[in-house]
Amino acid sequence: MHHSMRYISIIGFLILSIGLTACSNNRDGASATLLNVSYDPTRELYQELNREFKVYWKDKTGQTVTIRMSHGGSGSQSRAVIDGLDADVVTLALAHDVTAIQQNAGLIEEYWQNRLPENSAPYTSTIGFLVRKGNPLNIQDWDDLIRPDVSVITPNPKTSGVARWNYLAMWGYALQKELGDLSKIGNPDYAGEVAMAEAKAKEFVAAIYRNVPVLDSAARGATNTFVQRGIGDVLINWENEILLAGFTLDVDGLEIVIPQTSILAEPTVSIVDKNVDRKGTREIAQAYLEFLYSETGQELAAKHYYRPRSEVVAIKYEERFPQIQLFTIDEVAGGWHNANTVHFRDGGIFDQFYQN
Amino acid sequence: MNSLLTVGKNILPAKRSSVIPGFGLTMGFTLFYMSMLVLIPLGGLVLFTTSMGWEAFWQSITDPRVLSSLRLSFGASFIAAILNAFFGLIVAWVLVRYTFPFKKVIDALVDLPFALPTAVSGIALVTIYSQNGIVGRYVELLGFQIAFTWIGIVIALTLIGLPFVVRTVQPALEDLEKELEEVAASLGATRWQTFKRVIFPAIQPSLLTGFAMALARAIGEYGSVIFIAGNMPYKTEIAPLLIVIKLEQFDYTGATAIAVVMLIAAFLILLFINLIQWWNRRYSDEN
Repeated sequence: MHHSMRYISIIGFLILSIGLTACSNNRDGASATLLNVSYDPTRELYQELNREFKVYWKDKTGQTVTIRMSHGGSGSQSRAVIDGLDADVVTLALAHDVTAIQQNAGLIEEYWQNRLPENSAPYTSTIGFLVRKGNPLNIQDWDDLIRPDVSVITPNPKTSGVARWNYLAMWGYALQKELGDLSKIGNPDYAGEVAMAEAKAKEFVAAIYRNVPVLDSAARGATNTFVQRGIGDVLINWENEILLAGFTLDVDGLEIVIPQTSILAEPTVSIVDKNVDRKGTREIAQAYLEFLYSETGQELAAKHYYRPRSEVVAIKYEERFPQIQLFTIDEVAGGWHNANTVHFRDGGIFDQFYQN
Repeated sequence: MNSLLTVGKNILPAKRSSVIPGFGLTMGFTLFYMSMLVLIPLGGLVLFTTSMGWEAFWQSITDPRVLSSLRLSFGASFIAAILNAFFGLIVAWVLVRYTFPFKKVIDALVDLPFALPTAVSGIALVTIYSQNGIVGRYVELLGFQIAFTWIGIVIALTLIGLPFVVRTVQPALEDLEKELEEVAASLGATRWQTFKRVIFPAIQPSLLTGFAMALARAIGEYGSVIFIAGNMPYKTEIAPLLIVIKLEQFDYTGATAIAVVMLIAAFLILLFINLIQWWNRRYSDEN
């Protein structure tokens, strides 16, 4: 009896492994499959872009390509790739999530961000506000968010990609206001002034988070809280999401406010080196990402409310994107690595807002 | 083959063999099944924490934020399980003892929290209990809030634990012989005495089992709670959320440390409840 049990389990195990092997990618010249692991708001953009790329690739090489998409919170998507999701390319909300794949799983080369133009960010966005219709509290800029009568909705920066951009936009705005010129940061002549400005910025950001009644874990949850539950006076979110919702805003009783100054948010893309080399899809994956920089790719990005990098396309869609002053994460926080160690790690500045 | 021979030798049913055949196969399957689903994954969890060293482990679980989230998780789960034990008993009582219209419908409703995706329960609850919801609106007039406070967490945990107590107590109540109560009454017991001395001791073991299951379920719940909790650090941040937060920061060891603490605490609580059960049985057998 005991023996037969052992055989049964061995046979079961064998069947399972054969099944799993059969599912893996088959290689032949006439067709190829790519898996693009992305974050939530890019759904519509990539739906259309994939269609265009298929036609482009078929014309160029005669090969039929199938592109599968996976969407979710940027951080969770990054973790899924680390844990073995077989992505050929990742198109995530922030460079940090791509770097995490490189650091935790070694699937991507170290200097990945220099491999494609513009820091591997083919399109950009910024952070703006949604307010209640008629803007009853007259919320115009970041300064209004610290008013005690204003209730602010933004997700938890520890769990949400966009929430980190939101946080850094507040931080950068406060620094810029104090310093006037962001190039003073890192210049030893101004060290004292910068330290004082940072203390003020910390106070400013803390004051905004005191007005946050709910810390949702992801961007979609925050939107739900604000739009469906009717909680809060202002929602901080991606410009592209806000503009995309533009035509339904009236129905929902909402209004767009884009502040005068904000952060240049750079969603980044990369090939997952180890995966494409194993599957033999490097060439097509590379072409796919480069296609994002082509005129078609840039047009589609602009159409889906991402700010294009191409000057030509930018001029064409000028009216769509408010002209505002944009600072970068490198200027205000010294890049993602620094931003995480100083602001978001356990015990960092964000955690300090909630201690005691 | 060995076991077949033993059966042949012992004509009288003795220590080793059972009248029911298939012990080897079913036991082997049980071990395999439990290993694949429970023992190996959880063992891996414990093993993973040994890689971080005792000091780092201790530091990460004694962090005030972790401690307050554990307190909240276990505290709220305990309150929810007590509420479930009390009100679940009443629901089970009504469903077993009385006949009324739509009884079958209400009976089926009890299982709904099992079937619903927890996120749906969470969103449904927050819709009702938030400050603009149909209940939350009036509660706010009384000067307090349900959604985004610990009360909201308790409500969510009560909802998802409800079926356990009802479904464990129901059969015990059904098995209860009516005659016993009649005897008690004829011997001059008051209604309260009958309940306390006759009915309650009979259903108490299943009530305790239901309580333990509701408690265990509540400790691990994530999906429904995060919608209604507000998730403010030190205030309404449950331990499972803190695990997710640590994972989002790629702090695998920190996340595992909390998981192991929860695992051990939950195991001890369940073991303790089982010991009470065992002690109860022995005590009542001796009587």
